[in-house]
Amino acid sequence: MTPVMPSDFDPENAAPEDFVSPGLPVDEANTTGRVPLGDPEKIPDPADVEIPEDLREQIQAIVDKYPDRDHKGSPKSAAIPVLWIIQRRYGWCTPEGIVQAACVMQVTPAYLESVATFYDLLRTSPQGEHQVLVCTNLACWMRGGDELLDAFCEKTGADREAAGHGGALSADGQVLVSGFECLGACDLAPMASVDERYFGPLENADAETIVDQLEAGEEVLPEKALEKRGLAGGVAESSDPRVTEGKGPNR
Amino acid sequence: MIEETRVLLRHAEDPKMATISGYESYGGYETLKKALKEIDPEWIVGELEESGLRGRGGAGFSMGKKVSFLPHTDDAKYLCCNADESEPGAFKDRELMQRNPHQLIEGMIISSFAAGIGHAFIFIRGEYDDQADVLDRAVEEAYGAGYLGKNILGSGFDLELVVHRGAGAYICGEETALLDALEGKRGNPRLKPPFPAVQGLYGGPTLINNVETLSNVSHIVANGADWFKGFGTEQSPGTKVVSVSGCVKRPGNYEVELGVTLRDLIFGLAGGPLDGREIKAFYPGGSSSPVLTPAELDLPYSFEAMAEAGSMLGSGSIIVADDSVSIPRMAKRTSKFYRHESCGKCTPCREGTSWTDKMLERVVNGEATPMDLDIIASVQNNIMGNCLCVLGDAMAMPVSSMVKKFRDEFEEAIASEASAAWSASVMESAGAQSGRYVPDSQQPGPGGESPEVIRRKRLAGREIPSAMNGGGY
Repeated sequence: MTPVMPSDFDPENAAPEDFVSPGLPVDEANTTGRVPLGDPEKIPDPADVEIPEDLREQIQAIVDKYPDRDHKGSPKSAAIPVLWIIQRRYGWCTPEGIVQAACVMQVTPAYLESVATFYDLLRTSPQGEHQVLVCTNLACWMRGGDELLDAFCEKTGADREAAGHGGALSADGQVLVSGFECLGACDLAPMASVDERYFGPLENADAETIVDQLEAGEEVLPEKALEKRGLAGGVAESSDPRVTEGKGPNR
Repeated sequence: MIEETRVLLRHAEDPKMATISGYESYGGYETLKKALKEIDPEWIVGELEESGLRGRGGAGFSMGKKVSFLPHTDDAKYLCCNADESEPGAFKDRELMQRNPHQLIEGMIISSFAAGIGHAFIFIRGEYDDQADVLDRAVEEAYGAGYLGKNILGSGFDLELVVHRGAGAYICGEETALLDALEGKRGNPRLKPPFPAVQGLYGGPTLINNVETLSNVSHIVANGADWFKGFGTEQSPGTKVVSVSGCVKRPGNYEVELGVTLRDLIFGLAGGPLDGREIKAFYPGGSSSPVLTPAELDLPYSFEAMAEAGSMLGSGSIIVADDSVSIPRMAKRTSKFYRHESCGKCTPCREGTSWTDKMLERVVNGEATPMDLDIIASVQNNIMGNCLCVLGDAMAMPVSSMVKKFRDEFEEAIASEASAAWSASVMESAGAQSGRYVPDSQQPGPGGESPEVIRRKRLAGREIPSAMNGGGY
């Protein structure tokens, strides 16, 4: 995602409070100074890393699901699901969270970071409380996806240019608005994924309603949620004997 | 009026289908019970091969053949269900998993039993959080009912099934990149051969199939290959869930026999173009397929007919563009996607998608010359077949088809956008006289025209020096 720091930011000569742009969520480590996290190329020693017990259990449960172990006995298959756990817990894949995960998985933090930076949904810088991903790929674009993204940016004050290139935070730092590649819901076009739930087809005016509902902590547009939709062809009973006399499931 | 032929989506509008009791009330898991007790695994493999079921994920390779390629050894073997559906235009797997997850799970258990597989995975794209939750619940129910785990239904057959969420990368739909992602790495494709059937996940023999393909398995095992071949065409048997989207009245998933006409699908089921509009072009098999025009609407929708028309059925996703859609801009949208999703491993794809996108940007901004269209075409030729996987090809095919079939429109866009830019710059020069600041590049030169104006005129295809006109570049 686009860095939240302004382009003329000079980390060498900045005061601690300058590390936080106004209105953005604060990563405390930025202001209070970061605990040295150790060498990212070394597997963290469990004696050095403090990990909440419930987080350790969650990670271990995932690790145990996979049959693979490399020559050092570390289960790398768990990398993506474990990074999801870290992101859900801390809001994004924080350096501390990555070290904790690396410690339980017994892999290097550098390895987990290399995985996190490859995938669009894993974020390595702060994202807001809520995420709005607006599809701007072919089918949604034809039906007004770009304009819908405009409407979300206008409502939240997120930078339109940055929103179209990886995501931008709203003026108050609470909502991440991002144009996104095909989300696999072209039947809802134009659509958006709001906090990992799909909604569509949306009108530009819905952007305002959605953001207001998110801020008020209300349920988002229940009547436009994907799970409320029926099949496009409706309820259709086929009289085709090949289908009705079939012995498989769905009889 | 065409009707749907719902086999996989039958009763799918009933919400209880998503639960194990609902699925069993419609005859679910009966086939599994019968298969484990009475059926020889070899017979299942033979029947799948005989049925002619072709992969529903894009390549259309025979599912039965894939199973038969797995070596008959005691090595640990793996099944990966590819639920990373990320192809623009495709949303059929989402519907199948959300409405009938147990149909997929039953198909996976039977396939694993047939091929002697002990570990199965469903790799679902991270964006499908709703559907992943549905699958998680369904897998838990199946474990609870004893359909998964150790010694399934007392048959001595063991199977573990894990739902694995991806995290947003189109490339992970490519089977070897999917394996890397499942192994917890960055999703980069691998060199083939060795093919996954020989050396796949964790180096073991691996079967990789699409959600829809695996959902068909229990139906084929229950009813036999001949029943399955009763649907569809000779080379494309069975039914297909087709996703229709874009500029149509009723976008959605429709299950039809393969071989119905495109007209029936687009006009009959999806309601045709919006009022007052006409269809200009459509992708017949997702954004990776070369576009077709209304002249091809009466072709049957089957793997062979689409290939013969110079396109492909792919994942079975039709995206319709009407006469309000600019084809150059549609090409730009397509290239932008592949540029973003290229993993960067192979140079022709990484550079080719990026430069195609930049050139198409020049086209839609009026900064290109007609010569650029030839360069775009030649770049596409240099991408195709030169990479580890087909992501680059997936951009090259539609983009070159658009440049070829709609070249007029590209040339017109270049000329009209450039002339619009030219008039704007003339207006700006005029503004100079009213005291506005004008940068040096736009100050009038000899003959009263600024260098920028002369450049724009040249770009618009006017006054191109004869040496450049028609010459090589």
